[in-house]
Amino acid sequence: MSFSWAKPYEPKSAFMRWLDQRLPLPRMVYGAVGGGYPVPRNLNYWWNFGFLAGIFLTIQILTGIVLAMHYAATTDGAFTSVNQLIMRDVNAGWLLRYAHMNGASFFFIVIYIHIFRGLYYGSYKAPRELVWMLGMVIYLLMMATAFMGYVLPWGQMSYWGAQVITGFFSAFPLIGEPLRVWLLGGYAPDQAALTRFFSLHYLLPFVIAGVVILHIWALHIPGSGNPTGVDVKDERDTLPFHPFYTAKDGWSSLAFILLYVLVTYFAPNYLGHPDNYIPANPLATPAHIVPEWYFWPFYAILRSFTVDFILPAKLWGVLAMFMSILLMFFLPWIDRSPVRSGSYRPVFKRFFWLLVVDVVILGYVGGAPISPWRTALGQAAAAYYFLHFLVILPLVSAFETPLPLPKSITDSVLHGEEAEAAPAGQKGPRRGSVATAG
Amino acid sequence: MRFILGFIGSVFAVILLISFFSNLATYFQSPPAPLAAEEFHREPKPLALSSDGPFGKFDKRQLQRGFQVYSEVCSACHSLKLVAFRDLKGLGYTDAEIKKIASDWKTQVPSTNPDTGEPSTRKALPSDNFPAPFANDIAARAANNNAVPPDLSLMVKAREGGAAYVYSLLTGFQNQPAELLKKFPDAKTPPGLHYNPYFANLNLAMPPPLTSNGQVTYADGTPATVDQMAKDVAAFLVWTAEPNLEARHAAGTAAAIFLLFATILAYLAYQQIWHDAKRIVRVTGPLEPKNQARTRRAKAKEGIAG
Repeated sequence: MSFSWAKPYEPKSAFMRWLDQRLPLPRMVYGAVGGGYPVPRNLNYWWNFGFLAGIFLTIQILTGIVLAMHYAATTDGAFTSVNQLIMRDVNAGWLLRYAHMNGASFFFIVIYIHIFRGLYYGSYKAPRELVWMLGMVIYLLMMATAFMGYVLPWGQMSYWGAQVITGFFSAFPLIGEPLRVWLLGGYAPDQAALTRFFSLHYLLPFVIAGVVILHIWALHIPGSGNPTGVDVKDERDTLPFHPFYTAKDGWSSLAFILLYVLVTYFAPNYLGHPDNYIPANPLATPAHIVPEWYFWPFYAILRSFTVDFILPAKLWGVLAMFMSILLMFFLPWIDRSPVRSGSYRPVFKRFFWLLVVDVVILGYVGGAPISPWRTALGQAAAAYYFLHFLVILPLVSAFETPLPLPKSITDSVLHGEEAEAAPAGQKGPRRGSVATAG
Repeated sequence: MRFILGFIGSVFAVILLISFFSNLATYFQSPPAPLAAEEFHREPKPLALSSDGPFGKFDKRQLQRGFQVYSEVCSACHSLKLVAFRDLKGLGYTDAEIKKIASDWKTQVPSTNPDTGEPSTRKALPSDNFPAPFANDIAARAANNNAVPPDLSLMVKAREGGAAYVYSLLTGFQNQPAELLKKFPDAKTPPGLHYNPYFANLNLAMPPPLTSNGQVTYADGTPATVDQMAKDVAAFLVWTAEPNLEARHAAGTAAAIFLLFATILAYLAYQQIWHDAKRIVRVTGPLEPKNQARTRRAKAKEGIAG
C-alpha cells in the first residue's frame, strides 16, 4: 500500500495460491502486519503501544464474551451474579472477572501512552490527520464502553457514577433534563438503564474494532511515523514489519503483559474502589463519588468550575469537559509547526512535559476528596490545560526555531548510535533482511 | 479557526482563574472549620495474616475459629448472603460436618409447605447460602435502632483498609476522649451510637460485639481474648470476600514465571533478528560521505576489505 518497495505477497503453497486468487485475505494481512509493510527502521519502544492496544482490545472482548454468559443484567441479580456466581461458582470466573476489570485499566494505560507518544512526536500532523482523528473516535468509544461497563456490577459506585455522569446532560438548558430521562429510560438509573448499558457495553467494543481497522488502514497510506519525524526517503529507511517489528513488539508486549498479570493476580482490586463491593443503594449516597482513575483528569476539569459566570457553573464544567477532548480533533490545525518530532522542538518539548505534569495533577485532584486547596490546584491546572492546547501551542508553533533535522532516517540511526558501531558483515546480507541499495 | 479556538480556550482559562481567585479569597476570609471526624479519625492498626503477600495461604484453623466467632456472635445481626454452606469446604470441614452445620443453623431457610403451598421454613442444606438473620431491611432496622447491619460477605473488599480495618474497628470501641469534647462540644456521641475512632464519622450504631475474653470457647483450645477473636474473624472475612485467594496466588506465580521465560526468549529472538538489521544499515548503500568514511574505518578495524 505505502511504498513501492513493499514486498508483494507470494503464496507458499498450492492451497494459499488457490485462496489468494479467490479471497486475497492472506495478502491483505501480509501487507498490513506482515513482511509486506515497510516500517521506519528507527522506531523506539514508544511505538509498541499501538500493537499492545490491539492485544488489550482482544483480551477485553474475549474475557467479556465469557463473562456475559454468566452475568444477569437485572437490578436485583447483577451484584450477586458478579460477586457470587462469577467470583465463586463459575470455573475460573474470578480470573475472567479480574482480568476484565484490570484489562480495562491497562487498556487505558496503553492508550494514554499511545496518545502522549502521538502528542510528543507530532503524529497528528499531515499526512496523518485522519489517523489521529480516528484514534480520538476510538478513545471516545472506549470511554463510553468503560463507563457503561463500570455500571454493570451494580455496586454503589456503579450506581452513583451513572447518576452523576448522566447528570451532565441535565446541565444543558431546556433539552437537558428530557434528554437525560430519555437516555436513562427513567428519572434515575434503574432496570431500563442497566439493560441498555449492558446491550451497548457488548456492542461498542465491536464498533471499536471496526474503527481500529479504519485507523490502521489510514495509517498504512502514508506509513508509520518515526521519532525523527522525517519522511521515509528510500528503501534503506525501512524494515519489513515482520519479522523485525513483530519481534520487537513481541518481546516488549510480553514484558508489559507480565506487569498486567502481576496486578491482576496479586493486587486485583488496587485500581478499583472499595465502595463498588457494596450493593447499589439509591437511598445512600457515598461520601465521595469518584469515577474510575482513567476519568479523573476530566472529572477534575468538570469540578473546577465553581463560579456562575453568565452561565451556571455546572454548565461551564460540562462544556469544558467535552471541549477538553473535542479540541484534540483540531490539533492537526492548531499546531502549525512543519517539524513533527518534539525532539527537534526545544520550546515545544518543555511545554509538552509541563502538560504531562499538568494532566497528572488534574488526575490527582479528580480522584481525591474535595478540599479548598485541592480545588484551587485543580483550577490552575485546568486553566493551563486549555491554555496549553488552544493558546500556547499555536503561538509556539508560529515563533519557535526548530533544531536542524537529520537528512534521513538512516542518517539519524548512524549518528544516534555511534557507540554501537557494529562489525561489518561476516556473512553478507541475510535472507529476509532489507535489500541493499548500491 | 485558530483564533476561534484560542478565544474559547482563553474564555475557559479566564473563568477558571476567576474561580481560582474567588476560591482562594473565600478560603482566606473564612477558613473551613476543623471537624472532629478529621482530627480524631484513626487509620487502621497494622494486622498481619497468613493470607497476606503474593504467596499468602489461609491458616485454616484460624478461619475455623473466625467462623466460630461469626456463627456465635456476628451472625445474630449480620448476614453472609453470598456464601453457601458448601463453601465451608474451603475451611477444611468435611461433607458430614457441613451438613450438620447447615441443618443446625439457627435461622431456617424460607420455603413452601409441600402439602398446603403456604409459605414456611425448612432446615438449611449445604447447597443453601447462609440465611440472613432478618427477613428484610425493615425488620433489620426495627431490631437495630434504625440501622441496617451490613452484609459481611464482601466486607473486607468493601472498606478502605480491608481486614486491618475490620480488626481495628472490632477492638477500637472506647469512651469519647475528653480532649475531643473540650475542642468540639457539639460532637458528643449521640445516644444509641458508640464512639470508635476507626469509623469514618467516629460514631457507630453497632454496640461493641466482642466484650470479654472467653466470650467464645474455641474448639481448638486457643485462648479467646478479644484481640484474638477480632483477628480470627477478620481472617475469616478475608476468606468470605476472596475464597479463591490461594488458587489466585498459585496461578499468578505460575503465570508470572511462564511470562518471564517467554519474555526472555522473545527478547533473545528480537536481538537475533535485529542483529543483522543494525549491521546492514552501517555497511550498505551510498550514504553521507562522512558515514562512508566511518563505515570504511569500521570495516578496516575488523580486517574486512570493503
